[in-house]
Amino acid sequence: MSVTFATQRGPMRAVEGVDLTVNPGEIVGIVGESGSGKSVSMMAAMGLIAPPARVTADIMRFGDIDLLAIDRRQRRRLVGKEMAMIFQEPTASLNPCFTIGWQIGETLKLHERLGRRARRDRVIELLRQVGIPAPETRLGAYPHQLSGGMNQRVMIAMAIACNPSLLIADEPTTALDVTIQRQILELLVGLQRDRTMGLVLITHDMSVIAETAHRVQVMYAGQVVEQAQADRLFEAPRHPYTGALLAALPEQATGRRLATIPGIVPGIADRPTGCLFNPRCGRTTPICIQEQPLLTGASGQTARCYHPLDGRAS
Amino acid sequence: MSLLEARALRLQYRIGSQVFGGRTVTAVDGVSFTLEPGMTLAVVGESGCGKSSLARLACLLETPTEGELLIDGAPTIGTSGKGLLSLRRTVQMVFQNPYGSLNPRKTIGSILGEPLAIHGIGSKAERIGAARAMLDKVGLRQDQVDRYPHMFSGGQRQRIAIARALMLRPRLVIADEPVSALDVSVQAQILNLMMDLQDEFGLAYLFISHDLAVVRHIAASILVMYLGRVVEQGPVASIFNRPRHPYTKSLLQSMPSAHRSGSATRLRGEPPSPLAPPSGCAFHTRCPIATELCAKSRPELRSFGDALVACHFAEA
Repeated sequence: MSVTFATQRGPMRAVEGVDLTVNPGEIVGIVGESGSGKSVSMMAAMGLIAPPARVTADIMRFGDIDLLAIDRRQRRRLVGKEMAMIFQEPTASLNPCFTIGWQIGETLKLHERLGRRARRDRVIELLRQVGIPAPETRLGAYPHQLSGGMNQRVMIAMAIACNPSLLIADEPTTALDVTIQRQILELLVGLQRDRTMGLVLITHDMSVIAETAHRVQVMYAGQVVEQAQADRLFEAPRHPYTGALLAALPEQATGRRLATIPGIVPGIADRPTGCLFNPRCGRTTPICIQEQPLLTGASGQTARCYHPLDGRAS
Repeated sequence: MSLLEARALRLQYRIGSQVFGGRTVTAVDGVSFTLEPGMTLAVVGESGCGKSSLARLACLLETPTEGELLIDGAPTIGTSGKGLLSLRRTVQMVFQNPYGSLNPRKTIGSILGEPLAIHGIGSKAERIGAARAMLDKVGLRQDQVDRYPHMFSGGQRQRIAIARALMLRPRLVIADEPVSALDVSVQAQILNLMMDLQDEFGLAYLFISHDLAVVRHIAASILVMYLGRVVEQGPVASIFNRPRHPYTKSLLQSMPSAHRSGSATRLRGEPPSPLAPPSGCAFHTRCPIATELCAKSRPELRSFGDALVACHFAEA
């Protein structure tokens, strides 16, 4: 799948040739820095990218449904029901003018045939499932009356209202405190396990991925640079970028100085030739600058690199 | 002599109508600490625990309702005019969001020159020269002095914000979540820069953060706050190796880690509202070991080795 934005300076490719499969009951982590294309690629999968941006893909399928062939009405019946998404800023994604009960009920009204009374009961049940105390009394609360953590629980309740088989969570805990972050992660993993839901977890935080994901994709400047089972990836990263990201975590520091990656992520308009990471990489050779490497590797761990790390580099 | 000393600081804000009563909220309550020159003291806690209010107090932006704040052993409360201006040369601040803290309509040269202008230091040309020299120190190019903030990335802007704080050669820098808006690789660059500058200028940092991994790396001592009060304070090594307060313990266990840890006991519930703090120990509503005593009486800080802990059940 690729996503291209039409700009004044011509088409810009934000996401380039990303392959991703998510199985039922699986947690896939997508990790990368800002500007890596991790959010854009998942918004494209949800059909949330509007023209002038263009989404192209060889195959885009949800179960048996060909997402490239269906029209907007069919897609609208799918999104929010079968596939759902939660975003980073819960307080900004909720409508401040309506009560949380109304907002969760709206999803149910659109997708399920339920009477008023049944809908109300279902909303209370959902609030209970996401761990909101005294749900009956919270129905009439507005988002500003709840904390960030509570609002994120409301977002999750809304997302799981119609029992989706795929949930995409875009930085669901980034705006929250550590103790609340842990609660929300455990809630998400618990719901995912109980419902054998597929869960895609987008984050910039390697340690969040390490604790939850089964499989990981590392994205850099619009491309997948490495993918592997989570255990493998953290034990023996193959791409130098993955290695450098892990080494930059303060918990990995051995001396007083932290390992850094020189330079910054290239913008959408100034991507280098060859391997996109070559200007910041310590292993760059002439071929890295001339030609773009492909994703290669064995035993389910592939990396886009000519000179991959071997062994237990981290 | 300590560079900065806080004695039983208390900060209350009045909220609501001033005419019809209104309420007071205690943001900081009975906080004491000392910070030696060239050292780093970290303040950690969840949102609403009063860590940013403490930063504003230390930065002389707020006047404490009670307690004393001393710089170089001299009281700061009551100073105004020239006295306050000269104190402010000693203490400077770096804010969390480098997108909000730099004026988009000014060049980097005038942003960096402004603190000098306010204090009447140098001519315009000298100030631009000083700005260029400082850009060099923080890892930017001197010829970027005529650019505007929007031409820089988040990490570069944070370098500019740090440069601005150092223009007056302060001895204390208050950094309020300086790296939490940045990507991991950039975060490491900024932390390294802050440590290098600390060595070069002999800076002391009051480092406000919610990220314990960062704190463990950069700080020498740590202050754990909960609802405006200190629950545990001491050297980083002893707090991380042997946390004694249940809140500190659960904070440490909540830290996500790239080394998969097994089970961790998670903290129930959310921090209570500072408007209606619980009775007794403020943490008792979420504490796994709370008893009736905790709801009745508030534990005072007691010393255990080189740490201070405010818990009835802390053990040596």
